[in-house]
Amino acid sequence: MINAIELQRLYKAFDDQQVLRGLDLAIEVGEILTILGGSGTGKSVLLRMMIGLFKPDAGRILVEGEDIVPLSEDTLLKVRRKVGMLFQGAALFDSLTVEENVAFPLREHTRMTAAEIRDRVGEVLALVGMAGTEDKYPAGLSGGMRKRVGLARAIALTPRIVLYDEPTTGLDPRNVDKINELITDLRAKLQVTSVVVTHDLQSAFRISDRVALLADGRIAGTGSPAEIAKSEIPQVQEFLAGHL
Amino acid sequence: MKEAQLARGFFLVLGGRVTDLVTRLGDMALLAWQAFYYALKRPYELRALVQQMDHIGVKSVAICGVAAVFTGLVLALQTTYGLARFGAKAYVGIVVSLSMVRELGPVLTALLVGGRVGSGITAELGAMKVTEQIDAMRALGANHIKKLVVPRVLSIMLVLPLLTVMANGLGIYGGMLISQHEFHVEPHLYMSTIWRNLTLADLLSGLGKTVVFGFLIGIVGCYNGLEVSGGTEGIGRATTKTVVTSAILILISDFFLTKFFWWLESLA
Repeated sequence: MINAIELQRLYKAFDDQQVLRGLDLAIEVGEILTILGGSGTGKSVLLRMMIGLFKPDAGRILVEGEDIVPLSEDTLLKVRRKVGMLFQGAALFDSLTVEENVAFPLREHTRMTAAEIRDRVGEVLALVGMAGTEDKYPAGLSGGMRKRVGLARAIALTPRIVLYDEPTTGLDPRNVDKINELITDLRAKLQVTSVVVTHDLQSAFRISDRVALLADGRIAGTGSPAEIAKSEIPQVQEFLAGHL
Repeated sequence: MKEAQLARGFFLVLGGRVTDLVTRLGDMALLAWQAFYYALKRPYELRALVQQMDHIGVKSVAICGVAAVFTGLVLALQTTYGLARFGAKAYVGIVVSLSMVRELGPVLTALLVGGRVGSGITAELGAMKVTEQIDAMRALGANHIKKLVVPRVLSIMLVLPLLTVMANGLGIYGGMLISQHEFHVEPHLYMSTIWRNLTLADLLSGLGKTVVFGFLIGIVGCYNGLEVSGGTEGIGRATTKTVVTSAILILISDFFLTKFFWWLESLA
């Protein structure tokens, strides 16, 4: 069976700083995989590469078997229909209302009528518990609400893969629980493959099928949360002990 | 030994600056090419274009209008003062109109729009960049050049000539008022020298420049916005850069465009 995403021998440097050094990782269809790592280890860069926002200096990125590295921006736009992404700060368009934000990908990629778009927007907003906020602007929403709207926008086109960049960062414990619940619910309801990048250990261990630790530009270890907790790999132990 | 080190340091800095400048120019040219390519590619973003024209054009009317009226007033004052020495103050109309239509109208309007609109575009796109909205747009499968750059560049190119026509009219009208009140040049005399001497080529050469100025303002504004890094401080730096760069480019290109339109007129 083809993996949802496969990263092969990835290298990436910014100026003199080598961020990725031959990273390999395979993400299976339908799983929730969390990539853990300290600040500045390149987790967000890695996530952006999976959707073609950054190109690696070397290596291959296979999304459902298709190498996206050589693709032009125009061709990548089509690949991105298959992948939704929730950004760290939600990245809602602040000049648009919640409804317009969620409708954005629908208007861009489908020929749905205005009424169909309104229905679909209502449906996904209800799915993330944000029904009734259609006319609000992002500035009038709390951090947790923005993330939920961002998630609604990411899943509006029913992608097969959803990428989450630090989904729980900056949220209070109640909102952290809500977002974690949403990630697991969406997998159950939409059967999506989920890739979560975070440094929030508790959330990672709660929601993931598998956890991968990024250290020194490579994946230091992968396994189920239980396996990772017992891992004897020094970098994993150091991270779990809070030293990375 | 010390001199050699100083010289080495000097050339290293100079080389770095030149490399930086060439890289920026190359990136800007690439953005201009992409904007041109996506402007021709369907579907056309007409709604965004109209929104930007309203945003850029309507909101610049007041500032350009005030500047044009007062430029016309000062121009007429200075010109009539000079012409009166030769007993030629009756020709103030054509001198003011030629100066406005060929030079001051286009350049002043472009400088004002460059300062107001260009920096606004940089700030807007820069804020979108630092809050990841541009990445989000790309991640949602939309092309940010087509969605953000093309409507902005095109709208300035379309609106600037219109604002210039308004500025020309107001400048000439201001000149007429001051000539009448200060130097007793009758309005019909003022206007008749304009109707008899001002040609369509004069008007078109001025308006032709504004299309190029609009393109430069739009590309510089968008480029600096998309290149913002370093958070809100970076946005501040980028907006300043846009005002300075677009002003310099307008003034330099004005010379070459004037030469170009003279050459065109000589062919006709």
